[in-house]
Amino acid sequence: MNQHALIFDLLIPLLKAAAVCIYLMVMVIIMVWLERRLVGWMQGRLGPNRVGCQGVLQPIADTVKLLLKENIMQKQADWLLFNIAPIIVLVSALLAFCFIPFGDTIPFKGYTFTFWVAESPVGLLLVMGISSLSVFALVFGGWGSNSKYPLLGGLRSVIQILSYEIPVALAVLAVVFYSKSMNLVAIVQQQHETGWNILKLPLIVPFFIFWICAVAETNRAPFDLPEAESELVAGFHTEYSGIKFAFFFMAEYTHMVLASSLAVVLFFGGWLAPFSQVKALAWLHPFPGAGVLWYFIKIMGFLCLFIWIRGTFPRYRFDELIKLAWKWMVPLALLNIFIVALIRIW
Amino acid sequence: MAFKQIELNMGPQHPSTHGVLRLKLTVDNEVVLKIEPVIGYLHRGMEKLWEHRTYPQITPLTDRLDYIAAILNNLAYVLAVEKLAGLEVPKRAQYIRVILAELQRVASHLAWAGFNANDIGAASVLLYSFIEREGVLEVFEAYCGARLTVHALRIGGVANDLTPKLIALIRQVVAAVPQRLADIEALLSENRIWKHRTIGIGHIAPDDALRYGLTGPALRAAGVCWDLRKNIPYSSSEDFDFEVPLGQNSDVYDRYLVRMAEMRQSLRIITQALDRLPEGELCAKVPRFLKIPPGEVFHTIEGAKGELGFYIKSNGTDKPERVKMKAPSFINMQCFEKMCQGYLIADVVAILGSLDIVLGEIDK
Repeated sequence: MNQHALIFDLLIPLLKAAAVCIYLMVMVIIMVWLERRLVGWMQGRLGPNRVGCQGVLQPIADTVKLLLKENIMQKQADWLLFNIAPIIVLVSALLAFCFIPFGDTIPFKGYTFTFWVAESPVGLLLVMGISSLSVFALVFGGWGSNSKYPLLGGLRSVIQILSYEIPVALAVLAVVFYSKSMNLVAIVQQQHETGWNILKLPLIVPFFIFWICAVAETNRAPFDLPEAESELVAGFHTEYSGIKFAFFFMAEYTHMVLASSLAVVLFFGGWLAPFSQVKALAWLHPFPGAGVLWYFIKIMGFLCLFIWIRGTFPRYRFDELIKLAWKWMVPLALLNIFIVALIRIW
Repeated sequence: MAFKQIELNMGPQHPSTHGVLRLKLTVDNEVVLKIEPVIGYLHRGMEKLWEHRTYPQITPLTDRLDYIAAILNNLAYVLAVEKLAGLEVPKRAQYIRVILAELQRVASHLAWAGFNANDIGAASVLLYSFIEREGVLEVFEAYCGARLTVHALRIGGVANDLTPKLIALIRQVVAAVPQRLADIEALLSENRIWKHRTIGIGHIAPDDALRYGLTGPALRAAGVCWDLRKNIPYSSSEDFDFEVPLGQNSDVYDRYLVRMAEMRQSLRIITQALDRLPEGELCAKVPRFLKIPPGEVFHTIEGAKGELGFYIKSNGTDKPERVKMKAPSFINMQCFEKMCQGYLIADVVAILGSLDIVLGEIDK
């Protein structure tokens, strides 16, 4: 019995954590390839299609290239801050996935296998908090480089992420009001009974706020100001090379997966099949564990949306970006949360 | 927190300084206080070089000035030489020149549309406009075998005739470009982000623009009607019916609108020239060793970037004594600091893009 407890309480969570890390690395590779191919397709060109079938091995080749590259740190950089930044950014992105439920449960001989590493009554809060830690990495990277373009990039990213943290928190709070829980698993389970959150009228506006802020917080186009190529060359990570640059790169894509996962969990029913409360549609969820597939399909939709947005819009200017956050997003989110609160009390 | 003013070096290796331009920015946080353009990284000593080349040998060298619009450089140069030598160019050659020059203007403006949009973050537009530019370059390739540095014009006329096959190809390109322009406009014209980024940015008063010698689409965007094809016609440009698009607000957005409209007008001119293409010689009788009697001449045309002119002084030999080029990019660059003051770093790249400069022309 003790032996089993060891397996269930220690070994399986450890394996799960490792699996999540591997899953994210694979997602980064898929996303890098998919982004380049999809944007290429939108722009009437090919994108990488030489390494492996349809260029799928291109990201791996790129990673190997980055691994073999020289790690340059210029003299004036602050050693500690410069080196700790890539670690923080990647660790914070990976750690947040600890609480994300990827699928439903599989009962197995009295033990229930769950598709999440950990469950916490304040899971949502933890995810938001941990993922925002990455702002320290941008500050450290930008200021620690002790160079002008990274400094400006760092400044921009701090203001941007701090500004967008507020509306995103308010938007997410509306969901919490509805689900009466901050537990991400409970939020999904609640959607099983009442239908997806996005189908509830008061939660439509929060979704759009959440999504716009998610794009802004992941530093993706059209909000990619901290690393605006045509202005700041590469923003806060201008001075990074080799594997440290790869860390920032991986973290950006991991954050994209995180934002998509949160959107799916909070608004699109997580692992649930469409209209899972309808008995006639039960065949959409044929066996325990099938939820993982639904989760995957949904996040791929959101990830493609990221790419589509990038292919369409020009870049915001810095002051417009801040104006958008404080003049539109924050008041709208506040008003909305007020309405949601009223509805819930009533 | 007191943020010190910092001096920021933009370029000469920077993604959006359009070549090897270096900008020394003095910024307070992100607000630009001072801009000092540093040029000369692409200096090849063109004007001195020309003094040691015969008149026909100079024509291909002019390709390398504004390499985005080589035919217009050719045209400005050969017109100046012809004016000095008193050569009469056959009508057919003049029409072919107009067709090629307007195609080149379309190609140049398309490249500008892509670059400016890319600077403002809309990378897709760059690719879309280059698809059509490719079509124009294919016409050049079919005409003379080269795509970028074409050397399509000769002193006294043109190099090759327009074959029926080529005319069909040009008509095909002329038909395809407006659709692509509509695509680009659908992406940008009413886009809120694009409008935020361009309306009211890089303003210069019409008086100032004239005082600084600003020419080309940037001047017309300020509402000043000055197009040499209308005002001082050359190469039969008075034969064609076209409008001069004007802006009102003299900002980046108006420069965008003016250039987009100009492309459509250029296509109109091409269609008219193709319809009315006269028969005749391709080249005037030019002596094998062209010796021009002593004298001097200055001739300007409406280039893609502005007034493009050549001053040539001859001394009776087969080589010019002095050639001076009036490079529109160089002169338009003067306004740049005035346009940028008080705007943000992000606007600097937008304004620089809207001026449409080419460093090959600035540095000569």
